[in-house]
Amino acid sequence: MSAPNAPQKPGLIGWLDYRLPIFGFMNKELREYPTPKNLSYAWNFGSLAGIILLIMILSGLFLAMNYTPSTDKAFDSVERIMRDVNFGWLLRYIHANGASAFFVVVYLHMARGLYYGSYKSPRELLWIIGVAILLLMMATAFMGYVLPWGQMSYWGATVITNLFSAIPVVGDDIVTWLWGGFSVDNPTLNRFFVLHYLLPFVILGVAFLHMIALHTHGSNNPTGLDAKKEDKIPFHPYYTIKDLFGLGVFLILFSVFVFYVPNYLGHPDNYTPANPLVTPAHIVPEWYFLPFYAILRAVPDKLGGVMLMFGSIALLAALPWLDRHPVRSGRYRPLFKKFFWLFVVNALVLGWAGGKPAEGHYLLIGRLCTAYYFIHMLVVLPLLSKFEKPHPLPTSIAAAS
Amino acid sequence: MTMTMTKRSLVFVALLLAAMAQLSPAQAAGEAEPLPQHDWSFAGPFGTFDRGALQRGFQVYRQVCSACHGIKRVAFRNLADLGYSAEEIKAIAAEYQVTDGPNDDGEMFQRKATPADRFPSPYANEKAARAANNGAYPPDQSLIVKARHDGANYVRALLLGYGEAPAGMKIQDGMHYNKYFPGHQIAMASPLMEGVVTYQDGTPATQEQMANDVVTFLAWAAEPEAEARKRMGLKVMIFLVPMTIALYLLKRKIWSRVKH
Repeated sequence: MSAPNAPQKPGLIGWLDYRLPIFGFMNKELREYPTPKNLSYAWNFGSLAGIILLIMILSGLFLAMNYTPSTDKAFDSVERIMRDVNFGWLLRYIHANGASAFFVVVYLHMARGLYYGSYKSPRELLWIIGVAILLLMMATAFMGYVLPWGQMSYWGATVITNLFSAIPVVGDDIVTWLWGGFSVDNPTLNRFFVLHYLLPFVILGVAFLHMIALHTHGSNNPTGLDAKKEDKIPFHPYYTIKDLFGLGVFLILFSVFVFYVPNYLGHPDNYTPANPLVTPAHIVPEWYFLPFYAILRAVPDKLGGVMLMFGSIALLAALPWLDRHPVRSGRYRPLFKKFFWLFVVNALVLGWAGGKPAEGHYLLIGRLCTAYYFIHMLVVLPLLSKFEKPHPLPTSIAAAS
Repeated sequence: MTMTMTKRSLVFVALLLAAMAQLSPAQAAGEAEPLPQHDWSFAGPFGTFDRGALQRGFQVYRQVCSACHGIKRVAFRNLADLGYSAEEIKAIAAEYQVTDGPNDDGEMFQRKATPADRFPSPYANEKAARAANNGAYPPDQSLIVKARHDGANYVRALLLGYGEAPAGMKIQDGMHYNKYFPGHQIAMASPLMEGVVTYQDGTPATQEQMANDVVTFLAWAAEPEAEARKRMGLKVMIFLVPMTIALYLLKRKIWSRVKH
């Protein structure tokens, strides 16, 4: 924001800005905002995630105008959107595939942060706010998947809400309270719809905090070194054009899904209306929950599984204190780099195992990968912090290139 | 050196993803038989529904399937997609009776369907359907192709998958062996007997021909927007690809001012 004592500039914008500095704020944060000049394409995913959030809110707004949150009308109203509402199929396929795209982009965004140590001082809060956004996204996506009221909607909702019954003493009461009854039913669907509409705006607000925290110390960069003034360039036009190009690439890939394989990421069972009397052969969540689903099922104890699952996300928030190595970027940490890729592969295998029935060697693989997830966070990272010898650091960003 | 390491890792991750994607569909089918793959007119990014197959498939649906299975999400007006004229659609609709009302006397009444109506289902409700079918429930077919893995090939395989049960397999009373049905016992008897319909266009009504046609019809019923969607996709791509290339060139031009 412009300094409070700056004299009023001429013109209407000057008059406005002197009283409410919106234009000054946009100018400073979106145009002049000094950004390290050495950011790679790995830094495209933050703004992309923001754009997808807006796409989701807009497409969701128009879907909500045509959707009926009641157990005997929900499925039919979604089919009415698909068949009779003008371009309803387009709205719905954008929204359904947009959820997947949102998670792809956010997972890539997080992987970039993990590799380049973007969570380290002074960006710990920035990172933790990011983890909060991930949690909000998960809740929103989960409730959104319930709304079409297909078989997977109903049974997914039943399985996931039942997790809370693992809480000692009050678990069952909490589940009844969440459901608004004694099973997933009309009150559940109604409140999920309301919350699914509300939470994206909460995400928008928290994303704004994420941006304020980001702009306080500026973006990290591939070297992990603090960027000096001469290493920085204004955000516009350099990163506006780079982000726009990235958006173009994203939209092409996204369109392949929306227009050519719109149901590839969904489950066919969700085109069968919810039926409380028929349980699907395998209840699987959406793909973006599968790694966590594998962790949940890794131990035979319900409470243990739930704690492990939430623990795996809580550990993400604790990363700034688990990895205390003084060097930020994985580029100069030969061992950390190897473990990072092992962590990525481990997460992918977890996701794969989460999509399989919890039996035989799938369960074993899921357990081993769950074990590694926690070992990586709780043992590998702290040990590396202590003992890993980094490559010599360049003296500056300019010297690094 | 650091770049090659990152690139190598990325390539590895990509290969791993590809391998897992390969493994998944096979597993998704579970213990079930692999489905024979048919070359559908509507497959692929440029595929369209074969109009002849759609009309023949509609005939098979009307004369065979509709005795037990509804397509309640399809309206008569939608039949324009099959190539019927407004007059033909009116005539087809008029062959059906739908329940309307209540009238001014408070009574529900039957009237001829109009193009705005949806196809009436053969049974009043699930209980009635089960009562008439030895306890089995013939599901509505509006979405069946989308509601099964590899739906078009699955329904086709199911229709053609009847035969003698393997030795040692006990088939319950009123059930039929089907190679592709989960559990291999299905209440529906093989519905497509050679020549059960006489095609108006003179195509020989072999079992396989009828299966291909009715599945084409059901694929349309499940995704009536498919052709419009693919057409729009092409337009979107024609817009997006050159725009993205232009953005890339612009990006290079703008970034040429930055000294590294």
